[in-house]
Amino acid sequence: MWLFRMAWRDSRRSRQRLLLFMSAIVLGIAALVAINSFGDNLARSIDDQARELLGADLTLSWTRAPSAKTQQLLKTLGRNRAYEVSFASLVSTPKNGGVRLAQVKGLQGNFPFYGTWEVQPASAVQTFRQATSRVALVDDALLIQMGVQPGDSVRVGNLSFLIVGRVTKTPGQAAIAATVAPTVFVPNQFLANTGLLQRGSRIAYKYYYQLAPDKATGTVDADKFIKPLTARLDKEGINYDTVTERKNQTGRSFADLTKYLSLVAFVALLLGCVGVASAVQLYVKEKVASVAILRTLGASGRQAFLIYLYQTTLMGLIGATVGAMLGSVVQLLLPHVFGNFLPITVDTALSAPAILGGISTGLLISVLFSLLPLLAIRNVSPLRTLRSSYEDDLQGRDPLRWLVYGLVVCFIVGFAYWQTKNLLLSVGFTGGLVVAFSLLTAIGLGLIWLVRRFFPASWSYTWRQSLANLYRPNNQTLILITSIGLGAFLIATLYLTQGLLLGRVELSGSGKQPNMVLFDIQNEQLAGVKSLVQAQKLPILQEVPVVTMRLMDINGKNGETVRKDTTQKPPKWAFTREYRITYRDSLISSEKLASGKAPYQANGASYISIEKGFFERMHLKLGDTLNFNVQGAPIQTIVGGTREVEWNRVQTNFVVVFPAGVLEQAPQFHVLMTRVPDNQASAVLQRGLVSQFPNVSAIDLGLILKTIDEILAQISFVIQFMALFSILTGLLVLASSVVISKFQRIRESVLLRTLGASRNQILGITFLEYSMLGFVAALSGILLSIAGTWGLARFVFEVPYRPDALPLLVITLVVTGLTILIGVFNSRDVLVKPPLEVLRAEV
Amino acid sequence: MSILHVENLTKTYNSGGRDLTVLQGVNFTLEPGDTFAIVGPSGSGKTTLLGLCAGLDRASSGSVQLNDIRLDTLTEDQRAAIRNQYVGFIFQNFQLLPTLTALENVMVPLELRGGEKNVAKTAQALLERVGLGDRGHHYPAQLSGGEQQRVSLARAFINRPKLLFADEPTGNLDADTSATVVDLLFELNREAGTTLVLVTHDLELAARTQRVIRVKGGTVIADSKERISERVKE
Repeated sequence: MWLFRMAWRDSRRSRQRLLLFMSAIVLGIAALVAINSFGDNLARSIDDQARELLGADLTLSWTRAPSAKTQQLLKTLGRNRAYEVSFASLVSTPKNGGVRLAQVKGLQGNFPFYGTWEVQPASAVQTFRQATSRVALVDDALLIQMGVQPGDSVRVGNLSFLIVGRVTKTPGQAAIAATVAPTVFVPNQFLANTGLLQRGSRIAYKYYYQLAPDKATGTVDADKFIKPLTARLDKEGINYDTVTERKNQTGRSFADLTKYLSLVAFVALLLGCVGVASAVQLYVKEKVASVAILRTLGASGRQAFLIYLYQTTLMGLIGATVGAMLGSVVQLLLPHVFGNFLPITVDTALSAPAILGGISTGLLISVLFSLLPLLAIRNVSPLRTLRSSYEDDLQGRDPLRWLVYGLVVCFIVGFAYWQTKNLLLSVGFTGGLVVAFSLLTAIGLGLIWLVRRFFPASWSYTWRQSLANLYRPNNQTLILITSIGLGAFLIATLYLTQGLLLGRVELSGSGKQPNMVLFDIQNEQLAGVKSLVQAQKLPILQEVPVVTMRLMDINGKNGETVRKDTTQKPPKWAFTREYRITYRDSLISSEKLASGKAPYQANGASYISIEKGFFERMHLKLGDTLNFNVQGAPIQTIVGGTREVEWNRVQTNFVVVFPAGVLEQAPQFHVLMTRVPDNQASAVLQRGLVSQFPNVSAIDLGLILKTIDEILAQISFVIQFMALFSILTGLLVLASSVVISKFQRIRESVLLRTLGASRNQILGITFLEYSMLGFVAALSGILLSIAGTWGLARFVFEVPYRPDALPLLVITLVVTGLTILIGVFNSRDVLVKPPLEVLRAEV
Repeated sequence: MSILHVENLTKTYNSGGRDLTVLQGVNFTLEPGDTFAIVGPSGSGKTTLLGLCAGLDRASSGSVQLNDIRLDTLTEDQRAAIRNQYVGFIFQNFQLLPTLTALENVMVPLELRGGEKNVAKTAQALLERVGLGDRGHHYPAQLSGGEQQRVSLARAFINRPKLLFADEPTGNLDADTSATVVDLLFELNREAGTTLVLVTHDLELAARTQRVIRVKGGTVIADSKERISERVKE
């Protein structure tokens, strides 16, 4: 009890400073609690609104027409059903001649059964459902892009539809999805007359079902309902989706997102902890005299240690609690931050597990990180009361230190595992942190060494003093370089990775690469489309035939056998997916032979070429026989070779390539690539296509780039929001280390003042010291991040790496500037007040 | 029964790879209630001797018995407990805890011991005894040097020590204040019947004790007790 009292009393004079140390963990905990609360709320909201994710109890979808018997069954299942036919097509707006690729959905029935279809005006949904004339509901994003509004008309294939409503939200669809593939909804009965439902078009069909409640339980159980049908559905290639399935899927993807974001929060927390550790270390140094007195008066090493452990624990608890409260407030903002990505409305509520988890984490981490410096207290000798210069007691190696290091590493791995449930990732995360910390520490030590080694003895006093501050006892070089460096590293990495992703797409769109892809061109349209393109003096950069088919069996074993036999290696999806395949006898510039030969025919057998990654995922080997069903006709092939494919080039790339001379007569469509010089040329070409070949779609790479840019901007906003916590923590750590050092340096500055140093000299010393620290720290962080993103570019994205220097320079300058600002601001007392006043107040 | 028995005490430091003997073969015994001064020039080893006697440091050889307990066989924490039980301290630079008030500083030894009652009352009484009854809630920084030393006197006596070690108690005080503090020290010592070990280079102060040993170069070069006993013999 006395120990608590003593801890309390002793903290009185330094409570403000202790709180400042602990403030370093506030933001980390706040970020953690906010993310975890958000995760909890999201999971709960997904549970509550599960049926709205699907808009139905069950959906069945297919792209290949099922047997007549099954079709009959599909029409009779459930209590209510809605039918949807969807495909991508160019749509145009006669009012202003706009053309854009859109998702066209022909709907029949009362979709959605659950949740609201947010349409303006609301009455438009009813008009649409009862439609006797050609009306359409159009996604808000598309209306904006095409510059039209309800009351105008939209042309789909051969038909014009009157736009009666603006769709702002479709059940189960995140707003971002509407940006990527905006939809035009039309009544299904008119779809046939658009002329777009031709053989060979990529059309998807879907039934939405509302099921009758189970008589026994009174609830709807779609999983139970679908179970007896699964074998038959699988066989016919019909996918089913139930509420539970969708809920799990949505839950999983968002759980992943929140887990990774919580790691970002954790980095902020760790950064704070490094601050805490260094603050406590300096605090302990100051307290050594008091500890020695207590030891002289009879306190045991353990008692002295506990007094200060209680202090830091209490401050950790306060810091963590404040952080948890702040986090609970911040989480209210998160649904807005994530806004467009969420398929549901997230209700925000306080999450007890997140708050308690956050407080415990904060407490644990502040204790763990203050243990290292606190351990030294146990060894403080009472002899210090007699001899102030006595220093032997703190020099010795304490074996317990290694235990604490071990605990810290275990804690980080353990925490990462708790958040991600992925051991490899956790170890990797910890390893990455250790590497980053070690490199930054090495840079700090290197700087200290360099300054000592090449000390410019002839420079002015101000320079010499500020340089000496970098290596003298109680210097802040290491702590500031690691904390600010890590902050700069995070910001720069975020920035560079974003640039990398964008650059990857832009690269594909540059030079002589194609930037417009025309697809779904039927055999009889090919010549016409070609001449349309050439009439506009546009080049035909590539023209490939595409045949769709399914895989029947591998070496005689079909999907059924593979499903039953768990030792069979090819994944199940190998037999359910649709293969889009081309045929030619040679490899193209984006391909490289990996093994075997390019596709060829020999002795009446067809030797196909398979993409290397796909070949490996399928566990195939050269010489395996693959049996394909080409829209009714079986074709047997042999694996003759593998290719490496540069997927990021704008090319039509294929996992399977047939030799020429096999598929020429099969039903097929063509893809044609060209390069349009500008938006106007693109619009002219698309208008021509819409009027002459309404079923042909065009993908405008410029538009895609713009869309990706928008999406990345939103994603990076989410990440930047989280990184903000790290950055602010870095600044707080910076502020607190500067404040601690103020106590360290104040006597010295006062002495300098007393000896006649001018205000400008002291200001100069402070300014130079923090500029060097800030600059070296920012530069190290940025160099580290350049190295890291270079690795990403080289090994993950496989793109050439050219980081943009200017923004990095800006980051360096801003970080350095902030360091100087905080450093000078905190030292202002010494500058403006008379020396004695400062001494009386601070010492 | 002696209260402090020092036998053949030697202390050697290793400094820069060389052994430096700062104290060699010191012997003496103090009886309860004795007042004793160790004098000598700076660097003579007197503070080292005090540290060893009080159990603040370990001897290289020889032994210290405090209240019949051999200190050299004890761990640091056991010696701390012995100090808390039997020893009081006065330091040249007062050594008050800067974060505690005067009253709290005085209370520390008893509170450390635990289980004591009326600690605040006892401490307040002692503060009044040293003339600082109304300054209990002041922090050390708010007290003058003399006042701080009086607080440390109160602290030294609160655990009713058998042995009081004072290291240059007036070293940081002016003459007038010194006189007050020294008077108080001897008064309190007499009242409590405590054995006093005083380290000083102030011969006048040393003369107020019953016995003085003179240390130089780490060895005892004179012991007044021997002179006294020799005189008695003569």
